[in-house]
Amino acid sequence: MVNTLYLAKRIVVATLSVFVIASLVFGMTTALPGSAAEIILGTQQTPEAVEQIEQQMGLDRPLSERYVDYMVGMVTLDWGESLISGEPVTERVIPRLQRTLELAIVAMIMTIITAIPLGIVTASKRDTWIDNLLTGVSYVGISMPSFVSASLLLLLFTTGSLNWFPNGGYTPLTDGFFKWLHHLLLPAIALNFIVFSYVLRQTRSSMIETLESKFIRTARLKGVSERSVLFKHAMRNGLLPTVTVLALNFGWMMGSVVIVEEIFTYPGLGKLIVQAIHQRDLPVLQAAILVPTVTFITSNLLADIIYTLLDPRIELGEK
Amino acid sequence: MSQQTVRQASNQSDHLLSVDSLDVEFQVPDGSIQALRDVSLVLDQGETLGIAGESGSGKSTLALAIARYLDNNARVPNGTIEFKGRNMLEFTPRELAEVRGNQIAHVAQNASKALNPSMRVGAQIRESIELHQDVSDDEVRERVFDALDQVNIPDPEETVTRFPHELSGGQQQRVLIAMGLACNPELLILDEPTTGLDVTTQAKLLDLIKELKTGAEVGILLITHNLGVIAQIADRVNILYAGEMMEKGPVDDVFTSPSNPYTQALLATTPELNRTKELRPIPGGIPALGEIPNGCIFADRCDFATDECQTGDIDVEAVSDDHETRCVNWQTAVDNPIEAGDATERKSRPGDVILEGKGVVKHYDEGTFVENLLSDHKPVRAVQGVDLTVREGETVGLVGESGCGKSTLGRTMLSLHELTDGVIEYRGDDLASLSKAKRKEFHAECQIIFQDPDASLNPRKSVRECIERPLKLFTEQDEDERIARVDELLEQVNLSLDLKNKFPHELSGGQQQRVAIARAFAANPSLVVLDEPVSSLDVSVQASILKLLGELRDEYNTSYLLISHDMGVIQAICDRLAVMYLGKIIEYGTMSDVFAPPFHPYTRSLLSSIPTLDPHEEGNRIRLQGDVPSARNPPPGCSFQTRCPQKIGDVCETDEPELVETNQETDHCVACHLDESGTTKPLETPVEEL
Amino acid sequence: MATNKSDSTFGDVQVPELVRKLLSSRKVLLGLSILMPVIIISGLGEIVTPFDPLQTHILDKYAAPGGKYVLGTDNLGRDLLSRVIVGGQSSLLLGFSATAFSMVFGVPIGLIAGYMGGRVDEYLMRLMDILMSIPILLLGILILVALPSSLINVIFAIGVVFVPRIGRVTRSATLSVSQEPYVMAAKSRGESTPYILFQEILPNVMAPIVVEASVRVGYAILIGTSLSFLGLGAGPPNADWGYMIATARNHIYETPWFLLWPSLALLLTIMATNLLGDGLNDVLDPRTGGGRL
Repeated sequence: MVNTLYLAKRIVVATLSVFVIASLVFGMTTALPGSAAEIILGTQQTPEAVEQIEQQMGLDRPLSERYVDYMVGMVTLDWGESLISGEPVTERVIPRLQRTLELAIVAMIMTIITAIPLGIVTASKRDTWIDNLLTGVSYVGISMPSFVSASLLLLLFTTGSLNWFPNGGYTPLTDGFFKWLHHLLLPAIALNFIVFSYVLRQTRSSMIETLESKFIRTARLKGVSERSVLFKHAMRNGLLPTVTVLALNFGWMMGSVVIVEEIFTYPGLGKLIVQAIHQRDLPVLQAAILVPTVTFITSNLLADIIYTLLDPRIELGEK
Repeated sequence: MSQQTVRQASNQSDHLLSVDSLDVEFQVPDGSIQALRDVSLVLDQGETLGIAGESGSGKSTLALAIARYLDNNARVPNGTIEFKGRNMLEFTPRELAEVRGNQIAHVAQNASKALNPSMRVGAQIRESIELHQDVSDDEVRERVFDALDQVNIPDPEETVTRFPHELSGGQQQRVLIAMGLACNPELLILDEPTTGLDVTTQAKLLDLIKELKTGAEVGILLITHNLGVIAQIADRVNILYAGEMMEKGPVDDVFTSPSNPYTQALLATTPELNRTKELRPIPGGIPALGEIPNGCIFADRCDFATDECQTGDIDVEAVSDDHETRCVNWQTAVDNPIEAGDATERKSRPGDVILEGKGVVKHYDEGTFVENLLSDHKPVRAVQGVDLTVREGETVGLVGESGCGKSTLGRTMLSLHELTDGVIEYRGDDLASLSKAKRKEFHAECQIIFQDPDASLNPRKSVRECIERPLKLFTEQDEDERIARVDELLEQVNLSLDLKNKFPHELSGGQQQRVAIARAFAANPSLVVLDEPVSSLDVSVQASILKLLGELRDEYNTSYLLISHDMGVIQAICDRLAVMYLGKIIEYGTMSDVFAPPFHPYTRSLLSSIPTLDPHEEGNRIRLQGDVPSARNPPPGCSFQTRCPQKIGDVCETDEPELVETNQETDHCVACHLDESGTTKPLETPVEEL
Repeated sequence: MATNKSDSTFGDVQVPELVRKLLSSRKVLLGLSILMPVIIISGLGEIVTPFDPLQTHILDKYAAPGGKYVLGTDNLGRDLLSRVIVGGQSSLLLGFSATAFSMVFGVPIGLIAGYMGGRVDEYLMRLMDILMSIPILLLGILILVALPSSLINVIFAIGVVFVPRIGRVTRSATLSVSQEPYVMAAKSRGESTPYILFQEILPNVMAPIVVEASVRVGYAILIGTSLSFLGLGAGPPNADWGYMIATARNHIYETPWFLLWPSLALLLTIMATNLLGDGLNDVLDPRTGGGRL
């Protein structure tokens, strides 16, 4: 009962967030007085060109009318046409969203299967060489901007003696799993770098905190083996905060794709954003910023639902 | 000599547990802390040994040392711990795992944290059995139910499927004990089993431990700071102080003829119900255990200390066969024991009304509009229509168990919480519509002191800044006058002037509470709300704070509203008393009215639940059924009807009893449907005869 | 327990104790020993650079590290060491200013939300949540698309992005401190709300805010250089590290050191702020401090 109420509340808030953010995107790209056309034209603006663009975009209509049109368009998946190619924005964005999600999901899976187990290991072998090593690695990881890690990976693995991967591009999954993965792996690792380090640190510290709690002492004083203490008693409690961190980092990934895709010339949303920035293609930019944001909000909602399922205490709405 | 060694050796093998000259030290950045020094004890099968001590005495360290579970920075330089004749200090991890939970069960304090929050209760008990016993699945299930039965958990089938947070505090503690009992251990270590529980819950848990004692051949090591609990349960007692065993012997001997000055002082400083004793504080505080002084560790605080006590090792001396004390002057102490005198009864002359609550209602968590729309959201009804008056020069007590709304009421009276309904009047004016000047006067006149002294002082402000602040706010004094006043206040609360520039974290708990008191009295208040002012302090410090509060009250002619769960504390200082249950006052009157018939059934059970220091006292204790109902969902009719041992019938379920005066002279009121014959029987009356 | 030893006064005890604790943390020491030289050398800028960072040396294009140009030169023959040193200026300026900006707004918002609770808290925090649900980099891009590119606007964009994060940290610390009896004691004295917020609460929530801020500095640099990498930064001729890396990409296979030096500088600086943040957390967090018994 309380549970469904809580979820209903979360969904309402998430919807509200999307609404507010859509308005914000509209406000910042469209409603600034006279600037939209100027933004589009950048340095080459002449009064005639500005007027022409404004007409083309319907910017001469009243603001409220445009806002309503825009919002209705967002909901009905009619996102206008690209100023450059004239294609419907929806057709440009949706396939790219799919490719970006492929990349992000592969990166996320890599994080989950590496960072969480390693976090548990470092927590249980605190202050040993492996802990120190991984802690050091995670420091480098959280401090490395993705354009640095991506460039370095490119330098290391697409040329010279370790030329193992293509230096960019994308092949669809229908061309074969391994071919697909071959193109995906390097950008995924680049995307993964910071997230891996964060999840590792989070898992380590919350596992350590859990291992120091009183109920772990109870378990040990029952004669439970260290192995069981770790996997049966500590893991579920210790990994709860990691779920939230994973979701938050999904948002980070949705931002970092802009850079990683640019560097690996990966035809996803991120590349589209960069392209739209350079071409000043506002309708595309609006959609390309909104779509990953909505994806992020959805993933947060999912994380909340998972958290509710994992933590029995949350049913009472304690936290 | 050799004979003695032989006897000891044979003795040791007989004992279930024997600890011999155990030292435990902790390595800390600035050196080491000698947490336990030369501690010896023996425990036999079927026996209950109580370990009593204040905080910092090392009693929990002792419990964990016996379970071989000390922090990584701990060392055991000397001593042996023998369990059934085997030295546990030499156990391999494997041997330890076999013994733990199987033969030795450690029941930790604070059950809410000691149970795994994400595992069902049944699975946690079951795990112990599966680990140590080679039995079939069905049998395991059977034994889980048995264990829960043994600790009197109603409806074990239902309970096993619950998560810990779905159980009440008392039930959590029972589950933890059930887990300990699951493999029929030979040694049961109970670390503060009742701390944090309400007295009525504690009483039932003590019954349970008594039952376990008679039922099984288990040896119980009971660790507690509560001497009353030891007096009721233990066969023998060891008194621990600052890491050393001060006295040990049968409970009867130690409690009736204590032979160590510390034990004597401890007993004289512990409040006792129905004995108006003038509590004797122990001067000073527990020493830091970084550097251990020569001689007796208690010498600095001892009334009998001589030069001899300051040098050399103090040996344990035999008082009688099985009664020992660590004191050179114990003979003198026995001849002139420290005892609490009788308190002189205070005559209070109540004056004008300072603060009056009329029909005070306070609800929490009323829910948002959406929550109320979508579900039958219920607010927490913390206070449900209470009238309370505090007059000049009187001390009103507000007693009740946790969750009864006493603190909320106290804070609402000072408008620290918003009122849900009702009126609070300050000297006849509604608090809600006071003028600015009058409001300032109210703030200056009405102060509050909180339970946790550590948290009631801003960690970033020095003692002087703390005490000076109300002077700046409420008086016109210049800086010199204020400093003079701060000095005066520090002297009045018996603090050295050197502390003026210290910060709260540099003070002990008792010192912090004195600073909080000085701050409250800085601007000459006429009313101070004391919200559990001593309950987080050790008994010896508690007595000195209560004494100080008494002295200040006389000096400033201040009124107190004392909120406490502890009848002993209430009795030590109050003139009048209101008993609260589930957000309502169910009895009100002078101290002698409330402590004597006629009783409200709840007051009766509350009073009869409190363990006394007399090991022979058997009493006819009333045990309440079940737990306090949720304040979100209070029962109809009388709020106590779900647990009342004297419930009459339907009228209790339908009609809410009014507070009715039983003594017009003293204004003693009881809210109960019972007639005189039900309420007037003396406290000792057995439950069946009520 | 370890109380009655010190008998010196406030001035003598408190500050050195904190400094001693800070300096006993290896993380703080390591962080400072990286960050301080970076700040000093970049701060001195052209006073210490061997060459004018903007001057092109046509004859020395693509010079390898070593020799006359310690770190080599770029495609226009500009000295890379000088460019890395000067490039740090805008990155550091950006890191510290954006963090300061976010604290000026985030701290009061967090204090008010945490202390007031109820509706005020609900609305403020929902707003913060909404801002936080836009991926950081995308919000930065959004702001910089609307505003002309300049260092001030980059600082503003990143500052805005960080306000909800500082606000959240402040709020959660405030929430627990507001329940402390000493705050209630202040209320019962009738103290004003600003006094309670800034005198009673703020000093006691500074520790987590300082920790968060020190991590935020590194983050701001990270995002600032990322934006600059995307061409949304202050732009040429300001040689900030992100822009340097962006241009180095075109020469990545022939002259990898173009990429290496600014990357290394960036990595070390951000790592230093992370180390500092962690170290501060170890020292200032009362939960992890002190022994137990």
